[in-house]
Amino acid sequence: MAGWNTHKGRAVSLPQDNIDTDQLIPARFMSVPRVQGYGPYLMHDMRRDDAGDLKADFPLNAHDGASVLMVGRNFGSGSSREAAVYALVDAGIRAVIAPSFGDIFASNAVNNGLLPAQIDEVTYETLAQALGRSFLDIKIDLGTRSLQLGSVGANFLIDDSWAMKLINGWDDIDLTRNHRVAIAAFKNIRHQTTAWAWPNGAD
Amino acid sequence: MSAPHTMLDKLWTAHEVLQREDGVSLLWVDRHLVHEGSHHAFAKIKERGLTVAEPDLTFAIVDHYAPTRGRSKIADPEISRMINTLRDNASGNSLRIYDLDDPRQGIVHVVGPEEGLTLPGLLINCGDSHTSTHDAFGALAFGIGATEVAHVLATQTVWQRKPKSMRITVEGTLGPGVSSKDIALGWIAKLGTDGAQGHAVEYAGTVIRGLSMEGRMTLCNLSIEGGARFGIIAPDETTFAYIQGRRFAPKVAAWEAACEYWCGLSSDEDAHFDREVVLDAAEIAPTVTWGTSPEQALPITASLPEVSNVPLSKVEAVSAALEYMGLKFGQKLEGTAVDQVFIGSCTNGRIEDLRAAALVLKGRTSKIPGFVSPGSAQVKAQAEAEGLDRIFTDAGLCWVASGCSMCVGMNGDLVGEGKRCASSTNRNFKGRQGRGARTHLMSPAMVAAAAVTGALTDVRIFLEGRV
Repeated sequence: MAGWNTHKGRAVSLPQDNIDTDQLIPARFMSVPRVQGYGPYLMHDMRRDDAGDLKADFPLNAHDGASVLMVGRNFGSGSSREAAVYALVDAGIRAVIAPSFGDIFASNAVNNGLLPAQIDEVTYETLAQALGRSFLDIKIDLGTRSLQLGSVGANFLIDDSWAMKLINGWDDIDLTRNHRVAIAAFKNIRHQTTAWAWPNGAD
Repeated sequence: MSAPHTMLDKLWTAHEVLQREDGVSLLWVDRHLVHEGSHHAFAKIKERGLTVAEPDLTFAIVDHYAPTRGRSKIADPEISRMINTLRDNASGNSLRIYDLDDPRQGIVHVVGPEEGLTLPGLLINCGDSHTSTHDAFGALAFGIGATEVAHVLATQTVWQRKPKSMRITVEGTLGPGVSSKDIALGWIAKLGTDGAQGHAVEYAGTVIRGLSMEGRMTLCNLSIEGGARFGIIAPDETTFAYIQGRRFAPKVAAWEAACEYWCGLSSDEDAHFDREVVLDAAEIAPTVTWGTSPEQALPITASLPEVSNVPLSKVEAVSAALEYMGLKFGQKLEGTAVDQVFIGSCTNGRIEDLRAAALVLKGRTSKIPGFVSPGSAQVKAQAEAEGLDRIFTDAGLCWVASGCSMCVGMNGDLVGEGKRCASSTNRNFKGRQGRGARTHLMSPAMVAAAAVTGALTDVRIFLEGRV
């Protein structure tokens, strides 16, 4: 995965709290292999009417080409489905800005190069107001944890280890394989001292 | 004397292979449970030419897409493909699989404990947010995403920053007809769906100690609906009695050693928690959700708030939820007509849940259609041995096979558009049980009461003379 330091794109606001991962991608689309792309399923039932046509007034439909989403608190709560992140990433979203995120979602986001940028409620009000229903240029700087939305500047929070991972495009499996000796040693000691932790061999 | 530790501290330390300079820990995983939804993770390791690092610690279970009827010939090719993919990944990596025809198949969070795979003191991962169910045993179990599942498959470890600690203490005595589902919905309504975000919850207090393992699992299962990835309960005699003799549980000398270790897992008496919440059991009533978020829950005796009583910042969200649910401000919850019922899921599909529902339904008839999907084939067999299946079918409900079923609808068990379902499941999100479906979460006994009247009902009127 390619790392990134800064992102220049366009932001759109979706001023709702508690957008759960069932909204980000309904369960019925999750059997699709990733290579086919998950973009078309992003917020499928929020964006489309019963006939499957895009609702013209839905912010993401009104502004084609958004790469940054500004959303209410507790974004990505609920199911651990990483497909929610695939849908965002495959639809071209690089960052989501919100007062808070579901814990599992945030971790999944970082594992796919998507920035979960946390801002306080006051900053959220300011930015959401500046954005309104418009479509504004945004610049995000991961190194300085700052963003510039139109004429408004703000700082955001992200766990330092996550910022490093996004910037360097690190892959955990590669990193962990460097620790294989320590893991083998841990396993060995655990097996000796805590043998009951291994499943008792049933048939 | 060392500083007092929480159970979280003890479990964490016991699994820490190393800690990086940035404070993130690499943790050893004792059990990894995978299901059809893990296909992305298997594809990821395959791409790299890797196989499962510890096949003996990895268990595959067919549950998310498991048909509950007509299993011998699956009509939907997509569902067949998902299940076959898991079969291929399991056999390609020499994993034990609980397949559709296995008498021990069921929902991953029911099967793990039932098989003795879930034990106190273990770190358990699964690509499912309700993995905290296993925390009821004093395990460190938490849900992870597909990239993390791939990482565990490839390395048997997981990177995590230790969460903050939070203790929810429930004191007093639960009233009749009040279950651990009501405790869970109660605290989530009070603190919000993000109330415990970033925290590992430990449940404590006399009420928790008095819960059966089934009751504890229901409570721990719902932790994620309040934002917590972990919801732990200290192991005790109730825990040990549940585990002893189960298939994969330690035996003889190993059992003795394990029990001794498990007894030391509880939080030290003066351990510090980052947050403390205390609840009074007497204030908890049978509860139902009315909206599209688990925090939108009220006692069954309550009415929906008047618009003037809703904080201004929430009016829009509450209005949208009510519109979706086909309800009105100020409306009384009790008596709201329901179209169908569902009893099952990893939250409330265990034997005790079925007994609680059967206690209400015995000798009564359901006014509305619905079905009961036991949490596992073993639960199903047990219920049939006790004659519970007859109570459900005599009442007019369908008795079907085990799986995630109508909780998530991936297997085709869906609630129709605009239909209202009284459900013993865990999420009332928009579209969760099917596009446009209206879900009311409640305990299995409350679902049974709704079946009898065809409306949201206070179960307590049906328990007189029965408890």
